[in-house]
Amino acid sequence: MENLISIGVRSIFVDNMIFAYFLGMCSYLAVSKKVSTAFGLGVAVVFVLGITVPINWLIQNYILNPGALAWLGDDFSTVDLGFLQFIIFIAVIAAMVQLTEMVVERFSPSLYGALGIFLPLIAVNCAILGGALFMVGRSYTLTEATVYGLGSGIGWLLAIVALAGVREKMRYSDVPAPLRGLGITFILVGLMSLGFLSFLGFSI
Amino acid sequence: MKFLRNTLDKVKHDFEKGGKYEKYYYAFEALETFAFVPNTTASTKGVQIRDGVDLKRLMMTVIIAMVPCLIFGIFNVGHQHFLALGQEASMMDKFWVGALQVMPIVIVSYGVGLGIEFIFATIRRHPVNEGYLVTGMLIPLVMPPDIPLWQVAVATIFAVIIGKEAFGGTGMNVVNIALTARAFLYFAYPTQISGEVWAYIPEGAQTVAGYSGATPLAIASQSSTDGTSVVAALDSFGASWAGEGFFSLGNLFFGAMPGSIGETSTLMCLIGAFILWATGTGSWKIIVSVFAGAWAMGLLLNALAVNPFMEMPAHYHLVIGGLAFGAVFMATDPVTATQTETGKWVYGFLIGLFTVLIRVFNPAYPEGIMLAILLMNIFAPLIDYFVVSANKTRRLKRATV
Repeated sequence: MENLISIGVRSIFVDNMIFAYFLGMCSYLAVSKKVSTAFGLGVAVVFVLGITVPINWLIQNYILNPGALAWLGDDFSTVDLGFLQFIIFIAVIAAMVQLTEMVVERFSPSLYGALGIFLPLIAVNCAILGGALFMVGRSYTLTEATVYGLGSGIGWLLAIVALAGVREKMRYSDVPAPLRGLGITFILVGLMSLGFLSFLGFSI
Repeated sequence: MKFLRNTLDKVKHDFEKGGKYEKYYYAFEALETFAFVPNTTASTKGVQIRDGVDLKRLMMTVIIAMVPCLIFGIFNVGHQHFLALGQEASMMDKFWVGALQVMPIVIVSYGVGLGIEFIFATIRRHPVNEGYLVTGMLIPLVMPPDIPLWQVAVATIFAVIIGKEAFGGTGMNVVNIALTARAFLYFAYPTQISGEVWAYIPEGAQTVAGYSGATPLAIASQSSTDGTSVVAALDSFGASWAGEGFFSLGNLFFGAMPGSIGETSTLMCLIGAFILWATGTGSWKIIVSVFAGAWAMGLLLNALAVNPFMEMPAHYHLVIGGLAFGAVFMATDPVTATQTETGKWVYGFLIGLFTVLIRVFNPAYPEGIMLAILLMNIFAPLIDYFVVSANKTRRLKRATV
């Protein structure tokens, strides 16, 4: 149990997808102009990460690992499908994103309209694939993988909502012309990750 | 004064529209308004302004509130210096050594920072803002006494340009500028701002036998690894060279101990807090809630208590390190703090809470207040957003019934 809490807290704060690994930056920068939209996208990312990481864990452990196919019979016990990892992970993520898209369109057409192209683009959000690959690299168990997926998603959600809050306030700022738009946002994200450095090295 | 007025009046037309130094009008205007109150008055009809408090006066109030910290800091730098060398010295000597060490840092901070302000005001054609007056005093107060001056300059340049001017100048910055400078130094030049750098010891000088420049926080985090009680370790520390009770609760509160120049004395910070509160400049809600958050987290850790640092009595957290200074002068910064009244309670409480969490659980950083405030600066607009939207929902409900 303590282990799970530790993984959860670490994935939200210490190993934050944005501030520690800079993953998922494109939608992070693009959809962070309003808190409500950012929150919607964040929840979508939490959902997709929380579903795909455990599913990919099952696939990795029962299909892709060397010898993982042994459950099909002795003939398959030497098969190594590891080279299919990226393709299959992406396929799973894309399928889940399609599902999320349908749910969002059905239940919140306004959010669907506001997210626009960035909702389907979650499929290629590096944070999602990154979550799956980190999960494999750190050899988690299934429960740990689920907690890790949800935690990374919540960390991403926290980061994008915080950025959106600051950017809503910054609409009144007289930013020098060359820096307006993305330029100042990059500087801002840099300063924000300075604040998030407080979690670097946390021993829980 | 009369002479200054006359001189200013004589050259004024050169700087006004059509004059030969028109470009530098804002630099001139800044000097003029700094020396004299602008003679613009409200018309007798229509407006109801009762007090001509402007940004300049507001900033000066904050600086006055910081003066006790600065004076005590100067004394303390000298005091620690003679203590480390094991020499007897008079009060005057201590102030003298302290002033020689501290004043250059203040001058560099103001010189560099105001220089950048003037350059930006001239290029971007806006009046020079007074925001830097406070920042320029805060930066030296959070530096260790023997910091190289060029590092102060570099940190100031980084903080003022990246932290403030890029965002549009005074009142627009997202994170506290003085803390940005401190954090920049902390991550860029960690050796000069961590470890035993908190007392001024000239190069080649012989320190007294048994001397250690460890701060109370360093001792506390040390004891969590070797398992001794923090209070006992603090009480017995320095007995051989600094006399009994060097780190007793009373002295920790009074502040004659190694640390950043202005942050050691909780007492002086409370005097500053009183000035801020009495003049209505700083928010007492933030100050109170920072202390409350740190104390609550300290109590919670006391209850869990798995290592000696967590067992340290919660009130010790309030007097060691820079918590008081951060709570009074950094967290209350009206630009980067939350704007809503409910938000201020949440904001301050979370700062206190994260400070203690970082102190106890993050062996990489002995002090947590700097990063806790920077972190909450980022989340302040979000707290405001939720307070405002909760308020909206509440009122909408009332309106439709």
